[in-house]
Amino acid sequence: MTLGIVMLVHTAFDRAEQMIRHWADAGCPVVVHVDRHVAQETHDAFVTAVADLADVSFSRRYRGEWGMWGLIAASQAASRQLLDRYPQIQHVYLASGACLPLRPVNELKTYLAARPDTDFIESVTTGDVQWTVGGLDRERFTLRFPFSWKRQRRLFDGYVRLQRLLRVRRRIPPGITPHLGSQWWCLTRQTLTAILNDPRRAAFDTYFRQVWIPDECYYQTLARLHTRRLESRSLTLAKFDFQGKPHIFYDDHAELLARSGCFVARKIWPQADALFHRFPSGSQADLEPHTGTIDRIFAQAVDRRTSGRRGLYMQSRFPFMERENGFTAAPYTVLQGFDAIIPDLTSWVTAQTGVVAHGHLFATDKAHFAGGAAVYRGGLSDNAHLRDYNPKMFLTNLVWNGRDRHQCFQFGPADNQAIKWMLARDAHASVWVVTGGWAVSLFCSGKPASAVRSEAARLQQVESRFISALQSPDARSRRHIMTLAEFLGSPVDVLQAIVDDMAGHRATALAQAPVMVNLDGFAVFLQDLKNQGMHPYLAGDFAPVGKVKSLQSQPRKAYVMGKK
Amino acid sequence: MPAGDLWMAYRMRWKRRRFLFRIWRKRRQITPVQDRTVLIKPDMILCFVTLRNEMARLPHFLQHYRKLGISHFLIVDNGSDDGTAAYLAAQKDVSLWSTQHSYRLARFGMDWLGWLQWQHGHRHWCLTVDADELLTFPYADSRDLGDLTRHLDARGIMSFGAIMLDMYPKGPIAEVRHDPTKDPLDALAWFDAANYREKIHPVYQNLWIQGGVRDRVFFTARPERAPTLSKVPLVRWHWRHVYVSSTHQMLPRRLNHVFDRADDRRVTGVLLHTKFLPDIMSKSQEELTRRQHFENSSLYADYHQQLAQGPDLWCLQSQRYTGWAQLAALGLMSQGDWDQDDAI
Repeated sequence: MTLGIVMLVHTAFDRAEQMIRHWADAGCPVVVHVDRHVAQETHDAFVTAVADLADVSFSRRYRGEWGMWGLIAASQAASRQLLDRYPQIQHVYLASGACLPLRPVNELKTYLAARPDTDFIESVTTGDVQWTVGGLDRERFTLRFPFSWKRQRRLFDGYVRLQRLLRVRRRIPPGITPHLGSQWWCLTRQTLTAILNDPRRAAFDTYFRQVWIPDECYYQTLARLHTRRLESRSLTLAKFDFQGKPHIFYDDHAELLARSGCFVARKIWPQADALFHRFPSGSQADLEPHTGTIDRIFAQAVDRRTSGRRGLYMQSRFPFMERENGFTAAPYTVLQGFDAIIPDLTSWVTAQTGVVAHGHLFATDKAHFAGGAAVYRGGLSDNAHLRDYNPKMFLTNLVWNGRDRHQCFQFGPADNQAIKWMLARDAHASVWVVTGGWAVSLFCSGKPASAVRSEAARLQQVESRFISALQSPDARSRRHIMTLAEFLGSPVDVLQAIVDDMAGHRATALAQAPVMVNLDGFAVFLQDLKNQGMHPYLAGDFAPVGKVKSLQSQPRKAYVMGKK
Repeated sequence: MPAGDLWMAYRMRWKRRRFLFRIWRKRRQITPVQDRTVLIKPDMILCFVTLRNEMARLPHFLQHYRKLGISHFLIVDNGSDDGTAAYLAAQKDVSLWSTQHSYRLARFGMDWLGWLQWQHGHRHWCLTVDADELLTFPYADSRDLGDLTRHLDARGIMSFGAIMLDMYPKGPIAEVRHDPTKDPLDALAWFDAANYREKIHPVYQNLWIQGGVRDRVFFTARPERAPTLSKVPLVRWHWRHVYVSSTHQMLPRRLNHVFDRADDRRVTGVLLHTKFLPDIMSKSQEELTRRQHFENSSLYADYHQQLAQGPDLWCLQSQRYTGWAQLAALGLMSQGDWDQDDAI
């Protein structure tokens, strides 16, 4: 008999009884502390239930509220009782009623017997801790905390603020360095006795009585004074989330727990029957406890909860669109005006970069998905009514559904403009605009300037509103705006930049320039529009009569290696 | 609180009282057939259903919810003629009422169920579903409603949200073969994964979700009329609570706040909707004359006419259902912070 158990119980008494029997059956004496808040009849029934076990006794009851001194008083009294009654005990294990032994007690005993002088208690200095709650780390030890964080939050917060304001600082008793750690420990008789019999214990107790969450620092600090050999880790597997709340283990965590190799885990869901049935399981005699897998799995869950899944709107999470960093799940590219000049733009872009190139997603007739699909991923319909009923959600759904690949779509002044502010504000959007691109479409329609005059005026107005949205102070998308004249000055450079942008700077030089429309006579067309009283200023400056540099690339000569 | 909000809260309070009065006024519309409510013990999770001619679904429905931990079913039978009533009356954990009154005028059964919830639901966790809705939630294969509600209790959360997910077969509905004792999801294995649109309801403050396959196939011309998919089916009941429109919205309005605006901390579920079994064709045919569903039945005539033909709802982008983990991964529901303990 080398191991004794101190068990703190305040709820789920049937499970606690099961645990007591488990320890007692393996020959470990158990001292149980039942919270003073538990009703007397419940307590009595519990005592009667385990009355047949010889080595189980109950200690004086304290009121053990989370974060308050009572828990320490309870474990002190129970430890004292355990050490006094069972002189043969070498290690004392602090457990709770919600702890589940994962491996047989004998394996734990063997493990401890091989390390007779070692104290297992997580104990790190405040500077090294990442997990403290409420921004209080060093201040736990230098302020006073007479109020309950759970019941008297306003008083608690107010008193902290007051002390900060008055710059009150407590003096830490000389000779100790505050350490923090998990409240579940396993200490040697020698160390625990030294802590309990320390001549300065009264002074320490007075000090720790008003420290915040003393059960995370009392033994952790004092063990450092007396230990012969301290391993700063807890033998009890306990995971905490980003708010400092423990994870609960359910039946479906069985495999995870088995792989951890830890001796004891907490907290276990009291109704997790399969876990209580399966554990402890043996035959891993020389396995070192390790928590790596569990850490990784829970870290992912924590990540997801702190930030959510960005760009996903769902029934449990509906972020404020404007406050989000990005509305969408992944970067995407919007091209305006290019498809007027390069009719076959989508297939050319796909061939160059491999991205998913949609047509005009917001066209008035329907959403032109890549490949002409009627239903895109996730069941997104190409129906214009459905899309226009909630265009923002249409776009966030589209980006979310296709987030494994970069997507790009065409946009223009003839399309539904409902998403223009979203395109301006979404940091994931990369918007490339050739202003006046619509003029090329009108020119290509073959109609005379007089016939398209009013349509041209309308498109220009719509486009200019879009441009001013893109140029507004709160726009956060990546915007590249150029006039038609500027684009025509060096089309290949611009296209190269777009391709690089979409491919994430991995693209190589353009394999082949796209085929552009023949713009012979375009300058004359623009001049005609002007003559009709409509000034297409967004198209940029074109020499009034001079021939527009032909965009239809010159027929290549076999011996020219390329002009650029 | 701004004056406008206070005024709205006051109006909602009176609205809720009017609903309660209406429920009380209609209490005699239902007559008990088999009353086993003496079996109800505190802490039991109760299930409330209004149904009509559901023999194709009932055996599996009861089996599904018993497995999830429902201890007692309180069912109102609205004039079934296919043996539903006799089947239910023979079940040991079912209390049955019957009525021949109008389903539509009873707010789609909510007035009848409201009276039962008022009497028997107080302080219980109450699940209110239709016979073609099968609830699933995170970890549903290893944890039950008892675990879920204890988690919600520990958080002080009083209501649990779930989205209706329309399940459909591959191929025309008319060609589906279904055995009532088997899981209908064997036949209806497909769903639309991500074409849902959400917005906050300006009055009731619930998250109003529309979309899915019905929206894609039947309501393209009038998306604003597409069925609402968000529901609040599981509630820690108080006799003063009322459902407003089906189980989509509740009063008091705080019960509609089943979603999070910053993080992803709320656990939510999915109601697998097994509407598109072959009996939908005869039911739609009947509905064209009976006109008991939806507020404005004439608007839905087209919809029922199309359904009566047993159309094919499947498309290339349809997803095959594999289990709750898939729904959570797709973002249709969330584990939220279930696995962490607030009580410390």
